[in-house]
Amino acid sequence: MSTEPRLTWNLAHDVSEVLEYHFMVNALLAGSVVAVMAGLLGWLMVLRKETFAGHTLSMMAFPGAAGAALIGVAATWGYFVFCVAGGLVIGRFSGGGRGRSWSEQSAVIGSVQALALGLGFLFVSLYGGVLGDLDNLLFGTFLGISDGQVLVLVAVALVAVSALAVLGRPLLFASVDADVASARGVPVGALGIVFLVLLGLAVAATAQITGVLLVFALLLMPAASAQAITARPGLSLGLTVAIGLVVVWLGLGIAYFSPYPAGFFVTSISFAVYVGVQVWVWVRSRARKETYIAERPTEGVIA
Amino acid sequence: MFSQEFMRNALLAGTFIALACGVSGWFVVLRGQVFAGDALSHVAFPGALAAAAAGLDERVGLFGATIAVGAGIGLLGRRSFAGGRGTAGAAPAGDTAIGAVFTFVLGLGVFLLTLFSTSSGGGSGIQAAHTLFGSIFGLGSGEARLAAVIGLAAVGLMIAIARPLLFASVSPDVAGARGVPTRLLGIGFVMLLGVVAAEATQAVGALLLLGLLAAPAAAAHRLAGNPYAGIALGGLLAVAAMWGGLALGYAIPGLPPSTAIVTLAVGIYYTSTLVA
Repeated sequence: MSTEPRLTWNLAHDVSEVLEYHFMVNALLAGSVVAVMAGLLGWLMVLRKETFAGHTLSMMAFPGAAGAALIGVAATWGYFVFCVAGGLVIGRFSGGGRGRSWSEQSAVIGSVQALALGLGFLFVSLYGGVLGDLDNLLFGTFLGISDGQVLVLVAVALVAVSALAVLGRPLLFASVDADVASARGVPVGALGIVFLVLLGLAVAATAQITGVLLVFALLLMPAASAQAITARPGLSLGLTVAIGLVVVWLGLGIAYFSPYPAGFFVTSISFAVYVGVQVWVWVRSRARKETYIAERPTEGVIA
Repeated sequence: MFSQEFMRNALLAGTFIALACGVSGWFVVLRGQVFAGDALSHVAFPGALAAAAAGLDERVGLFGATIAVGAGIGLLGRRSFAGGRGTAGAAPAGDTAIGAVFTFVLGLGVFLLTLFSTSSGGGSGIQAAHTLFGSIFGLGSGEARLAAVIGLAAVGLMIAIARPLLFASVSPDVAGARGVPTRLLGIGFVMLLGVVAAEATQAVGALLLLGLLAAPAAAAHRLAGNPYAGIALGGLLAVAAMWGGLALGYAIPGLPPSTAIVTLAVGIYYTSTLVA
């Protein structure tokens, strides 16, 4: 008899087989926590059009891991520290005001990323060894998630989500209309910095599951899909979390039965949802345009 | 320093790649497309892996992937510029699509990498993909010459389309009304950026591409009001950062040249924000 996991036609049996293993339960728990946190913060990231900032924060993994190796602590700690510091730096230097146009903001974020990666190379050169954790950090792992790691993720998620619960209303106001919010006395700049720090936490946590390269699978794609489906904030926020959870569960489930990394499946499913939604929105808008043209009165219209 | 062959190769390739990055970077910053350049450097790696999987030369996949994704970003960019241009402080909405697409392409890269490491005959493919992404001190003389030629050609093309591209970037509606093919220019520009990204990524690494694309050009935007002066200044500052970084990397043991180059470039930008 083979000990390889095998997919059968009996879905209930497959699910119970997956759940028999402690490491799979841990993976699903961690994945669910991350999906919720990444969904909430990613939703705001898409709304605030800070995708590039989110990507730059994910790249902080490299200097984080290399710096941690240099001083001899676990890579995760270096990662969290660099992500939060990166959020602070981007928030401080790319924030509105002081005559920076939006085109210059993208240059600032790019410069921060390049500088961080440069630091990473410096740390590797000073360390002189091989970074053992780098593969897991880049491509994600779900096999070896310990109870302790799950606890850390839950704690980080609790901090991030409760901060969002407190700041959610002014943050939404500042994200949708910064000028009016600032006129009403909302500290728009400070909120932007706090948001980027929270985003840094979420990115570092998400990377534990998907790997650094693929954090957008949970951070960006569910939120972008949900916001394309509906403009109502509450509904699309709920949809974001729901899509993220389904993507993680399916991705981890399929990865259990296959030799390929979980990150690939999570990304592919998430991307399929994203493309499907975009196509649906496009088809719907075309159909609307056609009915509009068909019903439009012909007289008195300037072509 | 100049008696070492690796140093001469690094200077030759580095100068022209920096020039291409600085010149095209001026337009990249003007159009707010630094993220697009970053994404292009990321898809180079899966492109090379896919070519290796198909048994083709890695360069085919490398340039093919960046140019194809560049064309896609150009197509998406047009739509977002139409809506996002007017409001100050708003980034183009195309960033979301860029993020989604390059993450998926990276996901495919992860899949291909696993495919290689689990199948028996794939070892050489990984090896090829690894050696493909060299460091600037590891260039052969043939590679350095090729990098210089591609860099120079990119600068020439960029100067050739500079005038209409400037018009189309600053005022897309008016340019369109005057018969400038704004959409075609936008797509062509990102495809050209794809060529620069592919060459820079394989020759000197993605890190240098990003640093040289964003920082010197942003400094040039601050320091020069005239567009042509700005383009020239962007190229000059990038080359200056490259030369200074190479010299520092050579002189100080343990300091990677790419770190020195990027630090100088970002330092130039930071100084420019204090001055202007």
